[in-house]
Amino acid sequence: MSSPEVALQSLDTLWFQVGGTVCNLACTHCFVSCSPTNHTHEMLALAEVRRYLDEAARLGVREYYFTGGEPFLNPEMETILAATLEVGPATVLTNGLLLDPGRCARLKALADASDYSLDFRVSLDGWDATSNDPIRGEGTFERILAGIRNLHAAGLNPVITVTEVCEGTAGDAGKERFFTLLRSLGIERPRLKILPVFRIGAEAERGGAYESWQRLREGEAPDGGWDHLQCSSCRMVTDQGVWVCPILVNEPEAKMGETLADTLGDFPLEHPACWTCHVYGVSCRT
Amino acid sequence: MGAFGPNPEKVRPLLAQGQVLAIQGNYEESLAAGREDCNCGYTDPRDNHFAEISYRYTERNCSPEFKAWMGTLPQRRRVRVGEHELLLVHGSPRRINEFLFHSTSPVPFLEVLLDQNRCDALLATHTGLHWHRRLPSGRDVINVGVIGRPANDGQTHVWYSMIEAREEGLGVELVPLAYDHLGLAAEMRSEGLPEEFVETVLTGWWTTCLEILPARERAASRF
Ligand code: SF4
Ligand code: SF4
Repeated sequence: MSSPEVALQSLDTLWFQVGGTVCNLACTHCFVSCSPTNHTHEMLALAEVRRYLDEAARLGVREYYFTGGEPFLNPEMETILAATLEVGPATVLTNGLLLDPGRCARLKALADASDYSLDFRVSLDGWDATSNDPIRGEGTFERILAGIRNLHAAGLNPVITVTEVCEGTAGDAGKERFFTLLRSLGIERPRLKILPVFRIGAEAERGGAYESWQRLREGEAPDGGWDHLQCSSCRMVTDQGVWVCPILVNEPEAKMGETLADTLGDFPLEHPACWTCHVYGVSCRT
Repeated sequence: MGAFGPNPEKVRPLLAQGQVLAIQGNYEESLAAGREDCNCGYTDPRDNHFAEISYRYTERNCSPEFKAWMGTLPQRRRVRVGEHELLLVHGSPRRINEFLFHSTSPVPFLEVLLDQNRCDALLATHTGLHWHRRLPSGRDVINVGVIGRPANDGQTHVWYSMIEAREEGLGVELVPLAYDHLGLAAEMRSEGLPEEFVETVLTGWWTTCLEILPARERAASRF
């Protein structure tokens, strides 16, 4: 049976793979398989980001997201954020390891200087070193917490993102454990987002790949069509062009073109990861 | 017309007496259609819990005639003020429950939205937080505020907007409105509405629906 197609309703959200696939960690569940030595996608330069920001502004893009790899490995990251915050709100997905007090103070100054929101998401995969470190790496729990503390001390309150690899996170009791942890850091208004896992990249080796039945099929669209999928309103820019979404950057067939204008058409939901997006209702909304 | 506060039926004669032209919001749409939920667009379970309490309350306390009348309201209205074509919607021209917050509605996005909808000014609400942005093209976007809940700024008054044609262009004034909030709080308590809602009326700080706030609006918030 053929795959359904998703239409781009409006290009609201533009992602930048600003850190490429280069990361200072090599998490066992990373669906992009990022690591210190993965150069599949290189970091984006300020000039490239600017070119896309100009096109995005003409198209009426509403918000910008930055990911990698680790965005703060990119030496131009803060300048890139300053340029972005002139045209719209920005959210950075980070592993928190490079958030020293000096950087956090500069980020707070950037947030204060803009009319638009600057938000952060810090990934954490457990409520202690025993649960987190086997996934994110030896000693990372303490270092991530230090980054979160530094952001908080600077007056920035990040969203903590946790994947379902950490057992029990999805239930209320699991969430409460994270809230308790964050409150113990002095964060009175903790923010938490739970993410499902995509069984691709490193995660396919850790947790197992998709099974053949885990595919979207024509005729399965819910009442509102496929508009609940983030690819109905987003695109992803890497150093090699524009991809349909932030999840499929390692799939050559998910590249849609070189400019945003090339990528305003439909996309076939053939990949098994699309099944996860649909079933778990993945969205970039907090 | 309904949501957070007590006794929604009291609104109806007031609208009729004042000959107020109304539009449908997500509440009116849901109530008229007999939907199970308010379609407020929240993602956090705690927000949804409280949203459900207010929706059920409103659902119970609106007559079938009132709900049917809500179903007759348009979702958008165009109003001419002087030379200016105003478009009135609840959330956004695209979706009845889209949130247009100040810090996440950037100028390029709004310019394109107004181009697509061919108007000189866009008036929306839904978020509960008022703001006004004059665009480089000279057009205006106004979140007109709400009179059913204070604006999460520690003040008990609520907000509305005055729009008028002026020599130099469209006049936009966001106006604070003080009212008998102690009386409202007493009425909410006697109706058995949650203490969390009453606290908001008494303090001016939101206690629920905080997850939807963008970083900047959340930072300015007490909870
Ligand atoms: S999950 Fe994030 S932090 Fe971990 S390797 Fe992948 S990009 Fe790096
Ligand atoms: S992985 Fe998700 S966001 Fe990407 S194309 Fe498939 S459904 Fe869309």
